[in-house]
Amino acid sequence: MELDIVGLSRLQFALTALYHFLFVPLTLGLSIIIAIMETVYVMTDRPIWRQMTKFWGSLFGINFVLGVATGLTMEFQFGMNWSYYSHYVGDIFGAPLAIEGLMAFFLEATFVGLFFFGWDRMSKVQHLAATWAVAIGSNFSALWILIANGWMQNPVGAVFNPATMRMEIEDFYAVIFNPVAQAKFVHTVSAGYVTAAVFVLGVSAFYLLKGRHVTLAKRSMAVACSFGLLSSLSVVVLGDESGYLATEHQKMKLAAIEGMWETEPAPAAFTAIGFPNQEARETHHVLQIPWALGLISTRSLNTQVLGINDLVAHGKERVESGIIAYDALQTIRAARGAENVAPEVKAAFESHGRDLGYAYLLKRYVDDPRQANEQQIDKAAWDLVPQVAPLFWSFRIMVGLGFFFIALMAAFFWQSATGRLGEPRWLLKLAVLAIPLPWIAAELGWVVAEFGRQPWIIEGVLPTAMAVSSLSVTDLLITIAGFTLFYSVLFVVEVSLMVRAIRKGPEPDDHPAPAPYSTLQAAE
Amino acid sequence: MILHELLDYTTLRLIWWVLLGVLLIGFAATDGFDMGTAILLPFIGKDDVERRTIINAVGPVWEGNQVWFILGGGAIFAAWPPLYAVSFSGFYLAMFVVLAALILRPVAFKYRSKRDDVRWRAAWDWALFIGGFVPVLIFGVAVGNVLQGVPFRLDGDLRAFYEGSFFGLLNPFALLCGLLSVAMLITHGAAWVTLKTAGAVAERARGVGLVTALLTPALFALAGVALYLWVDGYHITSAVVTDGPSNPLLKQVAAAPALWFSNYGTYPFLLIAPVLGLVGPLLVWAGLKVRAEGATLIISGLSLLGIIATVGVSMFPFILPSSIDPVSSLTVWDSSSSHQTLFIMLVVTCIFLPLVLAYTAWAYRILWGKVDAGAIRAGQGHHY
Repeated sequence: MELDIVGLSRLQFALTALYHFLFVPLTLGLSIIIAIMETVYVMTDRPIWRQMTKFWGSLFGINFVLGVATGLTMEFQFGMNWSYYSHYVGDIFGAPLAIEGLMAFFLEATFVGLFFFGWDRMSKVQHLAATWAVAIGSNFSALWILIANGWMQNPVGAVFNPATMRMEIEDFYAVIFNPVAQAKFVHTVSAGYVTAAVFVLGVSAFYLLKGRHVTLAKRSMAVACSFGLLSSLSVVVLGDESGYLATEHQKMKLAAIEGMWETEPAPAAFTAIGFPNQEARETHHVLQIPWALGLISTRSLNTQVLGINDLVAHGKERVESGIIAYDALQTIRAARGAENVAPEVKAAFESHGRDLGYAYLLKRYVDDPRQANEQQIDKAAWDLVPQVAPLFWSFRIMVGLGFFFIALMAAFFWQSATGRLGEPRWLLKLAVLAIPLPWIAAELGWVVAEFGRQPWIIEGVLPTAMAVSSLSVTDLLITIAGFTLFYSVLFVVEVSLMVRAIRKGPEPDDHPAPAPYSTLQAAE
Repeated sequence: MILHELLDYTTLRLIWWVLLGVLLIGFAATDGFDMGTAILLPFIGKDDVERRTIINAVGPVWEGNQVWFILGGGAIFAAWPPLYAVSFSGFYLAMFVVLAALILRPVAFKYRSKRDDVRWRAAWDWALFIGGFVPVLIFGVAVGNVLQGVPFRLDGDLRAFYEGSFFGLLNPFALLCGLLSVAMLITHGAAWVTLKTAGAVAERARGVGLVTALLTPALFALAGVALYLWVDGYHITSAVVTDGPSNPLLKQVAAAPALWFSNYGTYPFLLIAPVLGLVGPLLVWAGLKVRAEGATLIISGLSLLGIIATVGVSMFPFILPSSIDPVSSLTVWDSSSSHQTLFIMLVVTCIFLPLVLAYTAWAYRILWGKVDAGAIRAGQGHHY
């Protein structure tokens, strides 16, 4: 990646978005776990459950605040760094962001105040409602932002308007019920639930290893492993759904994840291990599982999965078609409107308009895509291939971790169901060591989703290179340095406060009469 | 979908112009007192209990209030994409400074009282001050620059190019607007602190408020005079098409002195906005004087409505004039979303905004009453 305006803008977005997503998954999952704990408290009236709610709530608060703070950057940096993107797709992309604010942010932010300040001012049921409002608000926010992101992967329901030089909405229903967005939403929130489950499990395991807060730790574990088992299964199943949809809408991303250069006869094999080489356009030393890819991605035995080389050939046709659209667009603009041009120009734009974005890929090599020569068209088509090796490996590590979480949760669930939580010690140690892993999986998931969409910022519509603001390299270096420094300090502060809070443990409850654990099991 | 034809494009654009104002005023009226309170914090809180009293006065509500700002960003993106694209990339470094200050704020609220260490707490108190003062100043400065026109131009593809610099933003008129913004929100913060606290803290807030409540209309009047004498306004010189495509380059624009005052000649009833901005703060002063705490806060909200609305109606139909290429100026008639998006967003707003207002009101009711310094000393009931 070159460190020009485009490269630096991408670097800044990657830094701030990945950093933001350090806090989001825990917010998504922990808010629900806390709401579940408080629900048990309201139903059973056992103070231990209130103590649990307050304790995990205090850790939630430390994390939540940074999620909100870094979310501010996200809300504004489309305009700051991606000015042409904001102009080009704001008509569609802005709506879910605004709805997110109205429907989700107000809900979570208003009630999070009541969650922390309202214990003595509200009835138990009112407080429980506030807690659920925080959980629902957080999860709604994920829904709307993933509808926005889903549209970047699969831009449905919109059409280019030559009069305004931007994409405009045609079918809002299609944008909301975009299958890619729906699959991403459930996959992402499930990943958040797993993150929180592993977090609660790991911290509780730490207490059990130290022999502290045993009652609280065991009950928290019981909640976390049941919730975590369901969520970890859901992540993998819904991840599979995302893969299936990628076959339909983002064939290149899928081929790159697989390091699959040539189209294979159906059903294609799944490459478990291999070493992709971008220059040679080959993947070396492959270990393959026969039929698996074909089955996973097409859910059939006779549908082909296209390889990178064939997809580039198709891409080249679309670049050529895009040039026709570009030419027609220039005529329409010169005549100030589609109604003022010859019918064949209008028809050309209508039939080739969907490939306009492919002509924009040529802008890297030539100012006017109509002047492009064969070699430049070839280059633009090959630009359609994202960096294969990082995608290949990110995907495999993410999936491997996904299966590990299922095993971990299943093991604890079994121990819990058989009344043996707290042993064996190696399992507890494993749970402590596993705490950072969901974050690694989640961040790699975003690498696959976003890096895999390159060279597009909006798949097939707008190349990333065209989407940037007219800034200077100095501007970008200042903000990248600023964010890096500032975010690093905040990270150190947050982690140290989190560790302090965990070391300190729960506040003693006002009514200390902890029911023995066996009573709880009987109740459940 | 044909439903959006129920409201014509012109009307929808006008509604969204009003809603843009509602969001900005909602932000200033709610998060404004959080920021004003944060600016006052290091000066009116003399010891830790006093400072925690002040912080807890906004503690449960600042997070919800801040959403007005985030929603403002989202709504500009959804309803006025060219404004979102041009303004935030143009004011790039200023925006970065605002974001840094605003990121500091939540963190400071949350982390300040987590450690019992004098230097730790003092450092976060100043972080809260910065998180209030810097955004308030820069928002004012930004408005001052918008009134003068911003140095940007659009090319044929509607790509925006900005030709100003960060320090160019800090010109005398813009700084005057920045000061007005600071004085206005300190007053609002002082009104909030006197309502939510008691004793010495409330008295000191009142003392500051009595000064800034007089300073605000003075600065507002001064800015008005400066605007009349030295700042050119803009007007559309070609035929005004109110329901055409959102492409700013389809019109002609010229700049001339005192044009920002022409709307009041055409529609004298609009004068209610500047009158409110002038008289409102004086009533706040009187309210603080007679210790009518609740009424004072409401009047303070109305006076900032007057001041912000004055900016909007003076510039109408302009939203973001361009000083170097007036044709590129963004107006209500040529920088909105499509007809359908404006309609959908209006429907969503009509459903959710009343809901938001209802549960926000409920939350304020639950949290009604003054912060109890005794409870803070005993470590109960108040979170921060």
